[in-house]
Amino acid sequence: MSKVGATRAALIFGLFAALEFLCRAGIINRVTMIPPTEMATSLWDILKSGRFNDDISFTLYNIAAATLLAAAAGFFIGAALHALPRLRRTTEPLLSAYYAVPTFVFYPLLIVAFGVGRAALIVMGAMFGVVAMVVNTMLGLDHVPPVVERTGSILKLDALRQLIFIRLPAAAPHLITGVKLAVAYSVIGIVAGEFILATSGVGKRVAFAYDNFDNKTMYGMLLLLLIGVMVVNGALSVWEKRLHRRFGQR
Amino acid sequence: MKASRSDYLVLIIGLLVAWQLLHWAVGANVVSSPAVTLKRAFELLHTKSFWNHVASTGMAFGLASVISIFAGIVIGLWLGLRRFAGDVADPILNTLYSIPKITLYPLILLIFGLGVSAKVAFGVIHGIFPVAIFTMNAVRNVAPIYYRTARILRLSLLTTASTIMAPAALPEILTGARIGIALTLLGTLIGELFASTSGIGFVLIRAMDVHAVVDILALTTLLFVFAASINALVHFFERWARHNAQQ
Repeated sequence: MSKVGATRAALIFGLFAALEFLCRAGIINRVTMIPPTEMATSLWDILKSGRFNDDISFTLYNIAAATLLAAAAGFFIGAALHALPRLRRTTEPLLSAYYAVPTFVFYPLLIVAFGVGRAALIVMGAMFGVVAMVVNTMLGLDHVPPVVERTGSILKLDALRQLIFIRLPAAAPHLITGVKLAVAYSVIGIVAGEFILATSGVGKRVAFAYDNFDNKTMYGMLLLLLIGVMVVNGALSVWEKRLHRRFGQR
Repeated sequence: MKASRSDYLVLIIGLLVAWQLLHWAVGANVVSSPAVTLKRAFELLHTKSFWNHVASTGMAFGLASVISIFAGIVIGLWLGLRRFAGDVADPILNTLYSIPKITLYPLILLIFGLGVSAKVAFGVIHGIFPVAIFTMNAVRNVAPIYYRTARILRLSLLTTASTIMAPAALPEILTGARIGIALTLLGTLIGELFASTSGIGFVLIRAMDVHAVVDILALTTLLFVFAASINALVHFFERWARHNAQQ
């Protein structure tokens, strides 16, 4: 391991050890936080007993569906706006202020429209993720080097082939960034929705445990959520970096 | 490409038309009409209790922004100047930036309780990471010749940071601050939605509980206008700093 990596690992380990000590010594009381090792054993118990499997798969399915919707819709909207500079310039302020407003204030309206359940949560998550994908699609298409487009014209590719073989691969690094952000934002939208009102799901379990002072379950589920997000995010980041390197862009 | 005045007009008219169409499509108990909603928004602007809530949110948001930006810039400058520390911290910062902070709400509530400090804490955990990351990258991208000049003049770390790095990296730092401010506003409002007894977020969650569609949309519209104005303001500073840096 490199010196940087070793220092980083030591730092992270040290932070957890310090947290563990503070909790065990009673400096952080148990009502506020349980020791990290207990969070891990709680998570292990939850996974082994399988008592929240339905909630976990419910949330996973919703996140997957919302991300898919956000990525697909975001790509098409982004491509359309890229093709129509006038419209793009006009909608610019809207897109750049979008994330400062907590979109899940619309959640109650979505419940009225779709009922309590999957659909409202998925639409919520997709609404959160779509703008990140739109912005990154436009960025990606902006960064297609003119020389590869010209190569495409020289090879007399038709519009569809030009899109599939030239533009999409050249824009791929930014598209992956968009998908990565869409996942992150969908998680926020869906978990927030589950916190507020839902029939099941990881967020619902966390909120329920919080209301009942069941810190063990709550921290176990939070740990699961955080680990899940970090794994997906890490995997997409690695892919993103590889694509960026391959296309020689920053 | 800079948006002109007519573009904003077109955008606003377009949004109102889309809103009206949506209202007709789904009905008044899901989306209220723009006319009714805007009338309600103007009514809200004339009540005293609304302004009390605005003051409450504004105070928490202001405090959280100051903390996010100040602490973020300090952390970013330090990590940017110390290459090794920066390399160690970079992935950790990025991971912290990318985790959905909303999942931490029970933790924040247990630590800070219900009230102003929880709101501010929520704002800060949203805003501090982008500021730190952008500042760090900005400092690292400063031309090495500046850094060497500082070494030749034997400036201390603190003087190097304040007189050489900060001005040179200002435009990028302001980009970080703009993103940081937007996220701080989001964080503060989330904090209010889940954990407070006053503020715009609190009024919103109350409207959500009783399903007051007109109120929800009126408040959201006002929030959006506010967020867009702040965004535009910081953007303006950013352009100004970039213009200065090029001279």
